[in-house]
Amino acid sequence: MTLLSLLLQVATDMAPIAKLGAALGAGIAAIGAGMGIGNIGRGALESIARQPESAGDIRSNMIVSAALIEGVAFFAIVICLLVVVL
Amino acid sequence: MRKYILSTLFIVSLLLSWSTHLSAQVNADTTQKSEKKAESFNAGNLIIDHIVDNHEWHIAEIGHTEVIIPLPIILVDQGKLVTFCSSKFEHGKSVYKGYKLETERNSDKGKIVKVVPGTMETDKSVKKPLDFSITKTVAGVFVSIIVMILVFGSVARSYRRNEGHAPKGLQSLLEPVILFIRDDIAKPSIGKHYNTYMPFLLTTFFFIFFSNLIGLIPIFPGGANVTGNIAVTLVLALFTFFIILIKSNRHYWIDIFNTPGVPWWLKFPLPLLPVIELAGLFIKPFVLMVRLFANITAGHIIVLGFISLIFIFGQMSVSLAYGVSVVSVFFSLFIDLLELLVAFIQAYVFTMLSALYFGMATESHEPATHNN
Repeated sequence: MTLLSLLLQVATDMAPIAKLGAALGAGIAAIGAGMGIGNIGRGALESIARQPESAGDIRSNMIVSAALIEGVAFFAIVICLLVVVL
Repeated sequence: MRKYILSTLFIVSLLLSWSTHLSAQVNADTTQKSEKKAESFNAGNLIIDHIVDNHEWHIAEIGHTEVIIPLPIILVDQGKLVTFCSSKFEHGKSVYKGYKLETERNSDKGKIVKVVPGTMETDKSVKKPLDFSITKTVAGVFVSIIVMILVFGSVARSYRRNEGHAPKGLQSLLEPVILFIRDDIAKPSIGKHYNTYMPFLLTTFFFIFFSNLIGLIPIFPGGANVTGNIAVTLVLALFTFFIILIKSNRHYWIDIFNTPGVPWWLKFPLPLLPVIELAGLFIKPFVLMVRLFANITAGHIIVLGFISLIFIFGQMSVSLAYGVSVVSVFFSLFIDLLELLVAFIQAYVFTMLSALYFGMATESHEPATHNN
């Protein structure tokens, strides 16, 4: 009987599950950002290894691309924050 | 021995916090009784209160007195202009001239609402008055403006005085940055007519950069979360959007509605690609706005979170808080250094993308010439 009442409580009050979804979403956004920026770093390091004179150019382009990809990850974070706060 | 000094400091601080925590467990009962008198520390509220806008500038709390700067409130209520000082509200406890600060935690919290005459309740049947007050963010924008005018006024004067000579002082600090914006952001993206857009690009870059940096200073006049306010970044993105609209030429609009090199069935009968391209026109400045807002706000939340960690541990035992404060301050310092980098990068990315959009809007369709 207590199991049924517990299930009823879970089914009607979805607010904590919404927060759980938001937290999981933020974690998945972090995974996406990590994978994307890791790829940029790998490409940058391999290019610098091939041609060390262009290290300065490659470094600036790497930082710019990392900022753009972080922007996308922050979108997901902002939406998760909206779910928690609103 | 010197190379181990940092790790020994770290381990000693951890040991200190754990040993004092163990000894504090014994005295747990006596400390808890005295803490029930003070309010419990709510980290979430502290962080939110430091991020959002406010009608007064809270500087410090010395003993039991709060040091704040009350900012003027300017309301337009159905055509009438109402101005008064925000100290009349007494932090939301009193009603003044039929208005009060909404203190309940709903969507109107912190905003000025009208009250039912004679009571303290919100009058939900009338609309809120238009709020043009000088809030903390607006005062922060004024601080950035004053810093920019002082810095660039002095640089311009030294250029006039030093004509023909090498730059010195503040001039030599800012000249590489200004030339960087001209040579690496404006010229490659916009091309021949980059000079028309230079004032906007320079102002945007330095406003965002200085506002980001001033927002990292924890004490007055810094610390107002200017670029972390979505209204400020919305206005900056709107400037970019309107300049794109005004300065775009025919080819830009042809590329949106009748993209060349694309199969006909994407444009007629169902205009799939024109809708996507039109959405892109709005989404690009929108992304500029959200990127800057989220980056700066996230940085502030992280630093505030580390500082709140000290007080959360302080609730359990004061000595544990002292131990955690060493670790917390180191992490906050690291994040603050990262935020310095983020301040520059976000200003650079905003300016570079604006220049890119201007270049795309004003591209001329001459046949491509190979300059090498």
